[in-house]
Formats: sequence, structure tokens, C-alpha cells
Amino acid sequence: MNQTSPPSPTARLLLDANAIERILHRIAHEIIERNADLTGLAIVGIPSRGVVIASRLAKLVSTFGGTEVTSGVVDISMHRDDLSRRPLPAVVPTQLPYDLEHRTIILADDVAFTGRTCRAAMDALADFGRPARIQYAVLIDRGHRELPIRADYVGKNVPTSLGERVYVRFSATDNVPVDTVWLDAAHGPMTSAA
Amino acid sequence: MTTHWKRKDLTGLAELSAEEIRHLLSTATAFKEVGTRQIKKVPALRGKTLVNFFVEPSTRTRVSFELAAHRLSADVVNMTASSSSLTKGETLLDTAKNLRALLADIIILRHSSAGAAQFLAERMDACIINAGDGAHEHPTQALLDTFTICEAKKLTGANLKGLHVAILGDILFSRVARSNIHALTKLGAKVTLCGPPTLVPKELESLGVHVTHNLDALLPEVDVINLLRIQHERQRKEYFPSLGEYTSIFGLTKQRAEKLRPDCLIMHPGPINRGVEIDSDIADSGRSVILDQVTNGLAVRMAVLYLCSGARGN
Repeated sequence: MNQTSPPSPTARLLLDANAIERILHRIAHEIIERNADLTGLAIVGIPSRGVVIASRLAKLVSTFGGTEVTSGVVDISMHRDDLSRRPLPAVVPTQLPYDLEHRTIILADDVAFTGRTCRAAMDALADFGRPARIQYAVLIDRGHRELPIRADYVGKNVPTSLGERVYVRFSATDNVPVDTVWLDAAHGPMTSAA
Repeated sequence: MTTHWKRKDLTGLAELSAEEIRHLLSTATAFKEVGTRQIKKVPALRGKTLVNFFVEPSTRTRVSFELAAHRLSADVVNMTASSSSLTKGETLLDTAKNLRALLADIIILRHSSAGAAQFLAERMDACIINAGDGAHEHPTQALLDTFTICEAKKLTGANLKGLHVAILGDILFSRVARSNIHALTKLGAKVTLCGPPTLVPKELESLGVHVTHNLDALLPEVDVINLLRIQHERQRKEYFPSLGEYTSIFGLTKQRAEKLRPDCLIMHPGPINRGVEIDSDIADSGRSVILDQVTNGLAVRMAVLYLCSGARGN
């Protein structure tokens, strides 16, 4: 499969690998602009694609900011409020090898949708300590929030209807040669995160 | 990424595919991490009621399930044979119907009859987890044994190809052995059973394993040796003459342990009879992973509860 073969016949390409790379560069600069002290920063990904975004952002922020910024993984499958309503997400080990106290945590995910994933991630973080602040970075914001949650860093705002579906495909997680983002207008109605 | 787990019950490993066993083990890896946190509790099963229904006595399995359930935020009720109505003549099904009327979500069953868990699973909406049924299966013990082997031998993807595992002792009456045989052979390991011919008959080879009665020849060959407890409280006198004779021929003494490869893992499901099936110093040695098995039991049982409970909801 390459980037010209869509995940479904009706999907339309939103972002190619270059566009994704440019967006991550911009978000990395925004992170540096908003956080004067990079030493207390950690970028934590929500599995599975948020982990890819977190580690790429951490590398970029480290390079541009001149300070080593760590990344991490926070598993949210044990904290979701809809476990009995949808197929079980794969459970992965949380990796937060540092004290959260006095730290700024940036939660990274691929798509912001209902906000329930972000809430679950914040609940999960609370079990590990009390961060100084939590910020939220996403590649795509497709709207339809069901909770009072707003992303601090947005790669691309994509107004969608509930019947549409956003596909993020990363070479690191989806067995594809290049990174892409697609929008499929013909998908059936959904009530929870893509 | 969503899972392939579709079972609300875990009654045995014989019916599981290798892929399902691997999925359970990889889920357990994530739950092991929860045990390393300061707050060792996640809300995954909040609001669910779990009944530990132990018709046969057991302490460590019951405590392990109880702690696993607490760490998943479930509510736990313990029922034992002496405290249940079974001693007053109630049948297993009637007791189960009462548990259903109490709206229990998960029932952990330990029973002296083979098939008891399957019997309940077919008749109840609740998740039924087999914690040992007669001489049939004890799936979570075999899963934690396999998890411990993969962890200690650093095997990724739970691929046991090329690994030689010996199971020693009372195989005939052992549900732990039966579940272990299913798990290990499905994941690709070579399994050899060893013990007195009365307790390890040649017929067991039909399960796809090797049988030998010569422990001393087997010892240098194996990567893992799993010692099963001699259940001397049940006094199977007809199966071997004395504990002393058993120890002299099949006990893992200091002299015998020297014949093992330096990296051979020594396992035991507990409780150990020091000086009977295993020498005291060997049980405490660096090659022994007996206490890792206990820790891993928690992670494995959390994974089983999480997956079965999730499958029931869908």
C-alpha cells in the first residue's frame, strides 16, 4: 500500500507525509513558545498513534529548543468510561519514568473527537502524581466534543459530520510505507472516537 | 487497534488458540506495570461484582484473584465451601442461580469436579473463570507459569519454539500440569513429563508430549523444570511407597540440581514441600522463579478479568 491507495474507496487524502511533518514542526515551535522552561516538560503519547506523535514532537522540541525533552506513554484502556460499549482497546504498559510533580505534561494524540480519550488520559495521569499543568496536542481536531475539553495545539481543524470518519495512518503503527491522513464521508454514524 | 478476545469465560486452555493465549499474555504485561505504580489501582472494573466461589479450599489462588479484582476496582465477595449452602445440600446450579439473582458479574469457581466451570458457563450470563476444576484444568496457573517463562527467558511474542520444559511429579491428578501442557505445546515448546510410572503413565503422550521416568537423564536437557507439589495430604499411598522414596528418585536435591544447565529456570506452583519435591536451598536459589510466579499471577488474573468482563459487555 502507498499513499495513493486510500483506506476505503471513498476516502479523500487530507494530509500527506510532508504536510504531517510540517505540522509537527510548527507544533514543536508553538510548544517552545508557550513553555519558557523546557526542562520541566514531558510529551506523553496516548496509544497507539499518539505515542508516535509524542516521540516525534519530543525529538523536534529537543532539537529546536536545545534542551532534552522526554517522551512517555500513558495507557488509557483501563480508564475509559465506555469499556462495555465498544471493542476493548489493546492494553499497553504505561511508561512515565519520571516524577510528574512540578512537570508540564503535554498529552499527544492523533485525533481529538469526543474528548473522552483525553479525559481518560488525565485520570490515568492523576494516579501517577500531580503535574504542574497538562496541555493537549492533536494532529487533527474533528470537533463533536462531548466534554469541556479543548486542544492547546491543533495540527489541522477538520470540520466533520458524525457520519464521516478520519483515518490516520502511520508507518510506525499501521504497516504502511508513508504517513497519511484521510477523510471518508461515506462511513456510517459514529458515537465515539475514531 | 482492537482485540480479538470474544470469550466471556475462561474454563480451560485446551479450547484456546495460540493467538488467544498470546493476547492474554501481552495484556498481562500491561497489567504488570500497574503493580509497579504507587497507586496500584485502575478503574477498569468499577461497579462490577466479583464472587470468589471456592468449593475446594485454596488460599493463594483466592487471594490472588481477590487482589487482582481489587486492583481493577471491582467489588469482591468470598464464598467458601464451609460458608456456602453446599454443605446444607444445595446443588451447584442452585447456588449459581442465587449468585445470578444477586447480579454477580464475574464468578471465580474452584470445584472438585472436572467440568464444573463449563457447567456454569453454559448456564449463566456472568463471566465464569475456572480457578481449578478437579483434575481437569487450572488455566490461570498455566498462564502465569508461561508468562514467567517468557519474562525470565526474554522471549518476545510468547514464541516458545526451541524451548524444552520438564514437568515433574504428580501429573495424573494435576490440573496444573494439564493446563500447562496445553499452553506450552500450543506456543511451540517441547514438553517432557517425568515422575513415577503410576503418576506419569505413557498414555499421557497422546497430549503431544514426551514421557520419561529417568529424571537424571532428563535434567541436563531442559531449559525449564516445573515441579508439581506432591499432594501428600491426600495420601495417595497406592501410587508410590513413601515420600522418602519419592524424594530419593524424583526430588530435586542439591546433587541433582548440579546437573541442570546454569540458566535452567526452576518453577513450582506452591505451596512447596521443602525437602520433598525440592531441596530447601534450591527453592531459594537464584534460578528459582517461584516468587516471580506469585507476582505474575496477579498480572495474569487482572488481564483475564479485564478481557472476559469486556467481552461480556459487547
